[in-house]
Amino acid sequence: MAELIAKTPCAGLLPVRHGGLSLTECAPTAIHHLAAYRGAAQLGVALEKAHGLGWPAPGRSTGAASARALWFGPDQALLLGPMPVAALARHCALTDQSDGWAHVCLSGPGAEEVLARLVPVDLRAGAFPEGAVARTALFHMSALITRTGAESFEIFAFRSMARTLVHDVSEAMKSVVAQRG
Amino acid sequence: MRIDGAGLINRNKPVTFSFDGRSYQGFEGDTLASALLANGVRLMGRSFKYHRPRGVFTAGSEEPNALMTVGRGAAQTPNVRATVQEIYEGLEARSQNRWPSLSADLLSVNDLLSPFLGAGFYYKTFMWPRSFWEKLYEPVIRRAAGLGALSGAPDTARYDRAYAFCDLLVVGSGPSGLMAALTAARAGADVILCEEDSAFGGRLNSEAEEIDGAPARDWVQAVLAELDSLPNVRLMKRTTVTGAYDQGTYGALQRVALHMADPGDRPLETFWHIAAKACVLAAGALERPIAFPMNDRPGVMMASALRSYLHRFNVAPGKRVAVFGNNDGARQTAEDLRAAGVEVAALVDSRPEAELPVGFNAFKGAQVIHTKGYMGLKSITVSTGSREEVIEADCLAVSGGWNPTLHLTCHMGARPVWDETLAAFLPAEKSVPGMIPAGAAKGIFSTAGCLADGQRAAKEALKALGLKAKASDLPAASDAPYSVAPLWQVPGKGRAWLDFQNDVTVKDVKQAAQENFRSVEHMKRYTTQGMATDQGKNSNVGALAVLADATGRGIPETGTTTFRPPFAPVSIAAMGAGARGKGFAPERFTTSHAANIARGAPMIEAGLWYRPSYFPRPGDAGWQEACNREVGFVRNAVGVCDVSTLGKIDIQGPDAAAFLDFVYCNTFSTLKEGRVRYGLMLREDGHVMDDGTCARLGETHYLMTTTTAAAGQVMKHLEFVSQALRPELDVSFTSVTEHWAQFAVAGPKSRALLDSLLDAPVDESAFPFMGCGAVTVAGVPARLFRISFSGEHAYEIAVPARYGAALYGDLVARAEVLGGGAYGMEALNVLRIEKGFITHAEIHGRTTAFDIGMGRMVSARKDCIGKAASRREGLSGPEREQLVGLRPVLPEGRLPAGAHLFSENRPPTRENSEGYVTSTCFSPSLGHEIALGFLKNGPLRRGEVVKLVDHLRGVETLCTVCDPVFIDPDGGRMRG
Repeated sequence: MAELIAKTPCAGLLPVRHGGLSLTECAPTAIHHLAAYRGAAQLGVALEKAHGLGWPAPGRSTGAASARALWFGPDQALLLGPMPVAALARHCALTDQSDGWAHVCLSGPGAEEVLARLVPVDLRAGAFPEGAVARTALFHMSALITRTGAESFEIFAFRSMARTLVHDVSEAMKSVVAQRG
Repeated sequence: MRIDGAGLINRNKPVTFSFDGRSYQGFEGDTLASALLANGVRLMGRSFKYHRPRGVFTAGSEEPNALMTVGRGAAQTPNVRATVQEIYEGLEARSQNRWPSLSADLLSVNDLLSPFLGAGFYYKTFMWPRSFWEKLYEPVIRRAAGLGALSGAPDTARYDRAYAFCDLLVVGSGPSGLMAALTAARAGADVILCEEDSAFGGRLNSEAEEIDGAPARDWVQAVLAELDSLPNVRLMKRTTVTGAYDQGTYGALQRVALHMADPGDRPLETFWHIAAKACVLAAGALERPIAFPMNDRPGVMMASALRSYLHRFNVAPGKRVAVFGNNDGARQTAEDLRAAGVEVAALVDSRPEAELPVGFNAFKGAQVIHTKGYMGLKSITVSTGSREEVIEADCLAVSGGWNPTLHLTCHMGARPVWDETLAAFLPAEKSVPGMIPAGAAKGIFSTAGCLADGQRAAKEALKALGLKAKASDLPAASDAPYSVAPLWQVPGKGRAWLDFQNDVTVKDVKQAAQENFRSVEHMKRYTTQGMATDQGKNSNVGALAVLADATGRGIPETGTTTFRPPFAPVSIAAMGAGARGKGFAPERFTTSHAANIARGAPMIEAGLWYRPSYFPRPGDAGWQEACNREVGFVRNAVGVCDVSTLGKIDIQGPDAAAFLDFVYCNTFSTLKEGRVRYGLMLREDGHVMDDGTCARLGETHYLMTTTTAAAGQVMKHLEFVSQALRPELDVSFTSVTEHWAQFAVAGPKSRALLDSLLDAPVDESAFPFMGCGAVTVAGVPARLFRISFSGEHAYEIAVPARYGAALYGDLVARAEVLGGGAYGMEALNVLRIEKGFITHAEIHGRTTAFDIGMGRMVSARKDCIGKAASRREGLSGPEREQLVGLRPVLPEGRLPAGAHLFSENRPPTRENSEGYVTSTCFSPSLGHEIALGFLKNGPLRRGEVVKLVDHLRGVETLCTVCDPVFIDPDGGRMRG
């Protein structure tokens, strides 16, 4: 009888720490892509009803740690945490993406400066407060970035690119730490 | 030599460095230039063309002469401006463009030949024979003329690129910039203050100025302390704003660690993209030289530079210093020298009405008409018109007036405006949206004027930002008026340099005019004026003034050349930071990567992915043996291959079927649930775009696969079709390539392998050939597809990627027990060529469905993308080159890909080519090479012998045209 052992995208690559900054792999969680069908205004209602989450406005997220909805594009969101109830599929294309993303957390003093070396959008707290979401570039790869605290961000990048993700962020961390003081 | 004074050097911190192998000492805060001057070194370089001895000419980034190579080996950086490079312990600098040494340079013979080497010399002289230019003349000339050289070794230093955002970007930190930054910061704006120098303060660091009755530097320190304390201010020194771009974007180069002996993990430089809602350009002004005869001696320098050395670095660049100018800067310089205890040999002011202080050997209405001293200035000749006097001097400070540093205002196409009174170009109104020039950059030259204008500019910016400035008084400072009498050139015997870096003289510009290169842009290119790394910062205005004079026009009519980014040189390494080597693109790894590496498989790139080429075993003679073995696994037992890299697009929605019918040329609405169909996609021009299988997972749910290479392109195409062509279709698609790890299990024993692995054996009725459905492996939900790219009974099994590594290991182990194993890309390629399956080698962008024998797949019953275009004349018919198989007439015959096909009896020339080979391999199943290719009217020529010629590899083979399917043409093994 076969037995399959699960492996996370960044197994063996993380954590990485430099001078108070840390890059860690987030605990695996269910990730589902929700893409609303035409005229499906009820999707927001259904999401609220099923999971207690509002539909996220562009560039924003709703919910908290264990259950979140992150904006992912026009009429699209990522549902993080709960397994979506089947009823949602009436209103949207529902796709399991749980294994598709390398999901990491960058935190510590200077996290913003680290990302300023890789990400071309304004991630200062004023423009990108807690819960804000950007689908953008992280150096040469596409990524989703969300702010989870004053000095912490979560980054989602393609699973297959985990090694490059860790490399690029670690190098930027080293640079920022070295430039301190 | 070093003098007393309270400059910005730290006398408690001596620093040892070397220049041309000789060790010197300076202090922390010194530049290479100031430290060498302090050590009495005047000769710092050789000129570009004539190899003239040259000394330092400025104290800033505009330096044309003192260019050096810093560092050694791979880390050496050429053309470093000694006026910008700060010294650090152990710094090694070397002079450039000289052989064997700086003081004895053999190519200074060029200087003797200078009468023949003027503008246009090369173009006129090296015309014949034509072919000699590229091979002989140009390389020789390039070697003789030039500056520093790169090491040729890869630069292994670290560089960064970074992004910053602000309300207000202030460029420059002199009185205008500091005042602007302070005003905006106090009002709550997010401010970035960029200063090119290593110290904030601009000219205030270099003059004996007072603000509010105290040394100006005290005011600078107080303002900096306040700015530093504010959370909304970012102070960036050693940062040159190099370009102004669209929508408030600015480029800036920060010298992060170029001044450090050991940078550690710091980048040497960071190239910044700064997005600013508004910008105050307080970049100051550059003093300009005067073109008098023999004005290029080591020891001749700008008066403002001399004052910088005096006040900031406490260095007297000479023992007996003469001063020559056309404005009050000359007098100021003489007074500052006297106050510092340096002997002033002469004070020469070209203005007859100038008021000169007493106690100097002063000349009014006079000019310096000649100099002497080849390796360093010895004397100057002063003429008052009526009499000439030779005066001994080892240094001459020159001021021809000031040019506002308005370069950034021109980066988006604006032209500067000539101002008669200031004899200078000023920034045009609204030259760059959101940019407000202030202070000296706008032609305001007094300290009080600059402070006031900096405040005004900030208020203007704040208003645009919707912020309000807090009321505050202006500090008190000198408001000395600026008066200048234009003096561009001094006639006389000897060459008068305009562009020191490119060795362009007044005579060259005049000659350009004479030869009808009268437009300033033509003059520039004919003489190369302004085309060196200093981009003519010292010479542009002077050169066009001479041109204006030579062509009898005014300066405004003559106009300027175009200032383009970058304002100062930018290392390519900084712009490309992080992208060296493997940083060029992300690497994509499959979940089986580690296992493949462990098996010693050489990895090959497929797009950004890495896939195993083959799996070597001890005793293998080479890759071919491994490949043959792996083909055998699949043909005779079972092989396992990671196919996760193929694009997988999940398509859902009420109109999913209609959408697929539109993007594929064949029909998918008729596909049953739980079945897979091969699909072909055309481009709008009727040629084949991509192919792959598409499975129907549910009523409104499909899973499309694409080739590895075209996954991104297909996704983009679907987005385009959905948004632009068929917006009425309610369908959504998302890539699930990353979520699934998918493995091909192929061969006669594939079913046996899966039966041993899956929680329930494969149900033949649910999984006929081209069937698909859900299964479980060790309780894990998986997807099983009965599809084949090898022609054998085969499956692909997909599990969530977290289980990929585990499943792959298990599959390979089970395959090995059954006499099979893992197979790589080489075997995969052989297997598909034997079956005549196409890849992008065949659908390379120029082939149609007709060409690959799939013309009938373009459904007649519906429309699809590319259908109309595919019916165009010339895209089908016997004149088309069409897919065929090729086998050699003699078994040892070779069939290299890329070879062309010819009729047996016609000469193998370009005009006679009737086709070409796209894919080739040695077929272990058949025992000889086989190939796929395209041949004119090929399918109707089966059985014909054609001549294959590979002109590059020198191969000529007779081969027989055949069906592209070499093995099991009726597909019994695949279906069985």
